[in-house]
Amino acid sequence: MELYLDLHSQPCRSVYLLAKKTDIPFHFKLVDLSAGQQHGEEFGKVSMVRKVPVMKDGNFILTESVAILQYMVEKFPRLVPGHWYPSDLQRRARVNEFLSWQHTALRAHGSKVFWFRAVVPVVTGVAVPKEKMDSAVEDLKGSLEVFQNKFLQDGSFIAGEEVSLADLVALVEIMQPVGTGLDVFEGRPVLSAWRERVKKEIGEELFDEAHQSIMNVDRLAKTFQDNGMLEFLKPRIQKMFT
Amino acid sequence: MALELYLDLFSQPCRSVYIFARTNSIPFDLRKVSLLQGEQYGEEFGRINMMRKAPAIRDGDFCLAESVAILQYLAEKFQTPDHWYPRDLQQRARVNEYLSWQHTAVRAHGSKIYWLRLLIPKILGVEVPQDKMDAALEDLNGSLKLVEEKFLQDRPFIAGDHISLADLVAIVEIMQPVGSGLDVFESRPRLAAWRERVRVAVGTELFDEAHQEILASQEMVKDMDASKMQVFKPKILKLFL
Repeated sequence: MELYLDLHSQPCRSVYLLAKKTDIPFHFKLVDLSAGQQHGEEFGKVSMVRKVPVMKDGNFILTESVAILQYMVEKFPRLVPGHWYPSDLQRRARVNEFLSWQHTALRAHGSKVFWFRAVVPVVTGVAVPKEKMDSAVEDLKGSLEVFQNKFLQDGSFIAGEEVSLADLVALVEIMQPVGTGLDVFEGRPVLSAWRERVKKEIGEELFDEAHQSIMNVDRLAKTFQDNGMLEFLKPRIQKMFT
Repeated sequence: MALELYLDLFSQPCRSVYIFARTNSIPFDLRKVSLLQGEQYGEEFGRINMMRKAPAIRDGDFCLAESVAILQYLAEKFQTPDHWYPRDLQQRARVNEYLSWQHTAVRAHGSKIYWLRLLIPKILGVEVPQDKMDAALEDLNGSLKLVEEKFLQDRPFIAGDHISLADLVAIVEIMQPVGSGLDVFESRPRLAAWRERVRVAVGTELFDEAHQEILASQEMVKDMDASKMQVFKPKILKLFL
């Protein structure tokens, strides 16, 4: 199995972490987003959508981290314990509910804050206007509130007493803005306690290893420059503002 | 207590849940939530879904939001025919892949077109700048291109020979911009042919019934009492403009 990944990307981290944690054998194929490799000819043959992660299992190519995670759970029942995607109807529904909601909430808002804090100023040389930044942070806070009040509530994990794909996806998304220096866990003890529980289930060392690039995101500026990416990224960033 | 479906057929994800339940003869009580009248902000609905969005279901004590999760739940609980959510690993993966991708693609872009063409100018009385309209259309065209070239290709349906949750979710989203007067099928014969296959597979009468309100949108906005929506104006403008 080949996994096309760049660990700067949240959905790549969730796929990577599940595979490593459960010893699913795979080849790590780096798609360096900071060098624009997703736009290259070779990767285009793997996926016309030109996004990561992508899974290649023999001739079968699959995009979308949620689908890849669901596939891995189903394909490797002896490696992946059932709690990752419970077979109980209602518990599974809770996992699916979160996996669906997060696309346009936690993922969207966390990504935006990441781009505004770490990428846009580097590429354009100018900080994002305060109003837009405040608005993006406000949206992220709103999502975090819904996450705590609806998805976590009093349970140890989203689906109940055991960790699942939902917690994995949630945490990698929440770590994205954290990498830019916005510590969303500060002042949120319930969220912090949940993070510690999830980290423990994944394995602290593995978790930290997967998050190394995002936690050192201040290197991104130099990386973009070295890769000649600044001119390429400018129009894309213009579009984000319109 | 019977399964309760909290729906408003103006909403794409409500339509997929409605059509799925009806075509599979799943018994339910329909609880209408009129979104344009702000009924999702009522106290009772807040207890069903604190996120105040439709669709939502209540099955006994169990409340569930998010159409994709609801469809997966209903397919499993009522053991609907396999093709809806196939057990085969790769076929199911194709369905899941589409269901995941569509949130920030066809759904986002189709919704935006509907708001920009119809609701924002006609109900909120705000003019939409041409460059924003053009950008939104470009995004929708990009998504529709991927539906045709990646998800459908030369297959009759997304997962293969039979209709699945993926086609149902896809069609209701693609019908939304059509409701605003943008016929996306006009220059896309392959997509139009697929739409007809989907329509026949779920039942043409049911499909047309479910889409009656959205297709009458342009007429609806003429008579609509816009007062209830004014309070959401700043939020809507921030979201789309």
